[in-house]
Amino acid sequence: MKPESPTPVTLRNADYGLIRAGVTTFRREILIAFREKQDVINPLVFFLLIVSLFPLGISPETEFLRGAGAGIIWVAALLAILLSLNMLFRNDYADGSLEQWVLAPQPLAMMVLVRVSAVWVAAVIPLLLLVPLLGLMLYLPADRIGVLTLTLLMGSPVLLLIGAIGAALTVSVRNSGMLLALLMTPFYVPVLIFGTGAVTAFGEGGSITGHLAILGAMLVLALVLAPFAIAAGLRMSVANG
Amino acid sequence: MSTTLLEARQLYCERDDRVLFSGLDLTIDAGDIVRIGGPNGAGKTTLLRILAGLNLSFEGELNWGGGPLHRQRDWYQANMLFLGHRAGITASLTPLENLRCWIDMRRPHREASLWEALADAGLEGYEDVPSAHLSAGQQRRVALARLYLSTEPVWLLDEAFTAIDQGAVQVLESLISSRAAQGGAVVLSTHHRLQLDECRVLELGGI
Repeated sequence: MKPESPTPVTLRNADYGLIRAGVTTFRREILIAFREKQDVINPLVFFLLIVSLFPLGISPETEFLRGAGAGIIWVAALLAILLSLNMLFRNDYADGSLEQWVLAPQPLAMMVLVRVSAVWVAAVIPLLLLVPLLGLMLYLPADRIGVLTLTLLMGSPVLLLIGAIGAALTVSVRNSGMLLALLMTPFYVPVLIFGTGAVTAFGEGGSITGHLAILGAMLVLALVLAPFAIAAGLRMSVANG
Repeated sequence: MSTTLLEARQLYCERDDRVLFSGLDLTIDAGDIVRIGGPNGAGKTTLLRILAGLNLSFEGELNWGGGPLHRQRDWYQANMLFLGHRAGITASLTPLENLRCWIDMRRPHREASLWEALADAGLEGYEDVPSAHLSAGQQRRVALARLYLSTEPVWLLDEAFTAIDQGAVQVLESLISSRAAQGGAVVLSTHHRLQLDECRVLELGGI
């Protein structure tokens, strides 16, 4: 039944094939997100619900919504991202594919970055596409919606990367949803402050360069450092399995 | 040609205040088949996970290719195949996609070789069925299809014979022995009675 392979088994050098491995990792995440749609749709519906319930719960007046709209959308996006952290590693941990992925010969931190970007594309981009619509619903002027989208564009990868550290650390803990939320919220506060701060400053006619610079700094810092922390967290979690 | 591939020296590991093994020496040369035996809870899986570099809570030395393993992890991982008791099959992907994702992380391949490997593993006709719809044994076979593609010299197989039928066990046995004949090394844990002549046995749980 088994065709004998004629080549003798020999040691190979670590040939990373980084691009091939990266493309595979990216495609796999997108494919899984496409097949398991509820992972993407749940946070999206959650996001929509929070934002649309606010005017009903507090006040539907134009003045109030114009002032609070950016904050509402930011908080809702933050919570939705927190909700979508689950799709990063949980299923793969449960079925053992995370082990196989960690054991691949590529540097884990780089693969982690690819994976988080794939989840950002699959779960966060749809969220960002809804922002202009929800902004209009909350009577935000067009230019303020632009600034809001820009800050979310810069802030959401930070939220996802920082959250992924927590997700990697808690993936082997059962029912870790609440633990993850509690762990991550303090780290999300600065991103939230500077994200909404930029929109508020813009609304008051001030300069937003400072806010954007700090958001940008956080983004660069997260892009460079978080993958190593996530990789270390994954190795620890996989060791517990 | 018996080059030493993997070497464990004075391994000590405890779990929940219970010593699983101590002073364990294990040398794995090219061409070796080592069966790790012992009752449930003796530490077979733990030992295999330590050898795979997954479990880090142990004392002792692990050497690979003449140097400490943790210094050359990438090189080791390019030459090692680990099959855990959780098979690593994603339920929402088809067997073909599962296999492709696995091999793409490791080396370039021909698309046809994936189909051949799945056919060899006894999954002809199931290539495009979502893995969630397969039986436990078939899911196991998807994982075993990796062995047919593998060029890694070191195989670490944890309970590889679980859930597969008698015929598949025989195929797997002959695969393992032909692998060793080609200069590969196989370390496996199983409760099955293996029909392999040149198999070394390491019994755990005797402390």
